[in-house]
Amino acid sequence: MEILVLLKQTFDTEAKITVKDGHVVDDDVTLVINPYDEYAVEEALKLREAQGGAVTVVSVGTDRVEEALRRALAMGADEAVLVEAPAGADELTVAHALAEWASAKQWDIVLAGNVSVDSGAGQVALRFAEVLGLPHVAAALKLEVGDGKAVVHRDAEGDTEVLEVTLPTLVTAQQGLNEPRYPSVPGIMKAKRKTIARVTPAAPVAAATVVQSVFQAQQNRRNTMIKGSPAEQAQQLVQLLRGEAKVV
Amino acid sequence: MGHFIFNDTHDTLRAEIRRYVERELAPHANEWEEAEYFPDSVFWEMGRLGYLGLRYPEEYGGSGLDYYSAIVLAEEMTRAQSGGVGMAVAVHAEMATPPILKFGTEEQKRRYLVPAVKGKKIAALAITEPGAGSDVSGIRTRAVQDGGDWVINGSKIYITNGVRADFYLVVTRTGDDQWGGLTLFLVEKETPGFTVGRKLKKVGMHASDTAELFFENVRVPDANRVGDVGQGFYNIMWELQGERLIGAATAVAGAERALEMAMKYAGEREAFGRPIGRFQVIRHKLAQMATEIEAARALVYTCAWRWQNGEYPVKEISMAKLFASEMACRVADEALQIHGGAGYMLEYPVQRVWRDSRLLRIGAGTDEIMREVIAKQMGF
Repeated sequence: MEILVLLKQTFDTEAKITVKDGHVVDDDVTLVINPYDEYAVEEALKLREAQGGAVTVVSVGTDRVEEALRRALAMGADEAVLVEAPAGADELTVAHALAEWASAKQWDIVLAGNVSVDSGAGQVALRFAEVLGLPHVAAALKLEVGDGKAVVHRDAEGDTEVLEVTLPTLVTAQQGLNEPRYPSVPGIMKAKRKTIARVTPAAPVAAATVVQSVFQAQQNRRNTMIKGSPAEQAQQLVQLLRGEAKVV
Repeated sequence: MGHFIFNDTHDTLRAEIRRYVERELAPHANEWEEAEYFPDSVFWEMGRLGYLGLRYPEEYGGSGLDYYSAIVLAEEMTRAQSGGVGMAVAVHAEMATPPILKFGTEEQKRRYLVPAVKGKKIAALAITEPGAGSDVSGIRTRAVQDGGDWVINGSKIYITNGVRADFYLVVTRTGDDQWGGLTLFLVEKETPGFTVGRKLKKVGMHASDTAELFFENVRVPDANRVGDVGQGFYNIMWELQGERLIGAATAVAGAERALEMAMKYAGEREAFGRPIGRFQVIRHKLAQMATEIEAARALVYTCAWRWQNGEYPVKEISMAKLFASEMACRVADEALQIHGGAGYMLEYPVQRVWRDSRLLRIGAGTDEIMREVIAKQMGF
């Protein structure tokens, strides 16, 4: 089984975000595999362990992305490919760059994260599938693969939808699909010695979007002091929860 | 960490260990401290990930890395927020097992070292007795040869991992010569006549189990003797150098955790209308703590470098152990002081570092013994 994982490097979710001159500063920030993509890597490894085959991870970006690819190798991926592109390419450019490289080979299943924790657009994987004409299922909570098809339990806004899809297909991972493994020390050492293949898109597709500005959202915290007897306070609280917060 | 002894591999290793410790160990710190135990599965998992065999040869299941990788592990284990967990792992991987690799037979390596590296068997080191601790030459637990076996009688105390261990590296007396009369043996927990006594209550390091051990006509085959008869003192002195160096590295990293807590608190706590960290008295305390940590770190890393390069710098390792341990206690005490009343409350983590650190000045040879060693090395 040939398994491909689309992977993005993102900020560590605990990293402090600084915006300077309209750009997010990432110089001193720890970058990690996008957590949703880590679920995809884990699922790919489990699939390979159960059914044999090979796991290839691919990412788009600059030199620094090698760290994330190497971590996926340390987790157990067989091969890693870096599609070179300038930082900040938009979803369309990235999807086409990935698809151009991936189209040279037959994949049984392509896995990716449901969304990236930085830009949060959730577009690349599905656009990639569209470009290659693959069926796709987003936000998988459970994945069963066999007999040339996949049964995917997907998160449908809190409900679970069960879909059957023929291979080859693309499936994106939702939180809860699995618990990603930690790379073992031998895995880390093996990954250090592997070569990460590099490719440059022959026919890059221009971005369809332009970032106008980047700013840090200001959180407006507002306090409302509730006064009166306990019974009055409870009544006011319920009114506020119902009328203003609209949670009850 | 940005020091010349560390390369890219150490950095990756550090990031991965940190991630594991912060996600899998630290969230359980309070629970384990309260239970005065943590599950053996931590050893299994750390063994599976290769953390217990970082610098052991690949043929014994290790990763064949250098000594600095052991320093990285010791430093990152302080992020478990429980000194006891780090100590249990350090005793297993860096104190009880190195003598097996260094002095043991091939059979001993297969039988004890390989499962220890995997985390399948847990190791303890039994030196201290009711009447002898830092004074190793005063050991009285006796091993007497009987045909092809040795029969051990005596007792040990304050043994880390003592309750949970599967096997013990035991220092015994086999001859009357004060230094030349000691010999090391591997004793399995199931051996008839061997019993684990009380689990001892401690000031700190609560998640770690500490026990008394009793040997009553415990019969072990000669195949369990580690190193030559009469070489036990010298072999354990070799072991103690590594133990002290790891202890010193742990002290420095632990002090760093205390400083982080103090800095966080000093930035948040307000008094007289401003964060207390803006008062010169607190700022200077923080500066002093950071300075002492850096000084100790430099000493520890220099010793690690010399150890890695085949030197046996007993004097400097003793200095590093002494200085780092006393420093760690000073820094932890100042960190607690900066917390004021909150520092004395169990709900703030700084008190745990303060309690845990106190052992550093005692374990692996007391401050007083370190000064004796240093003075002797100076020719006095």
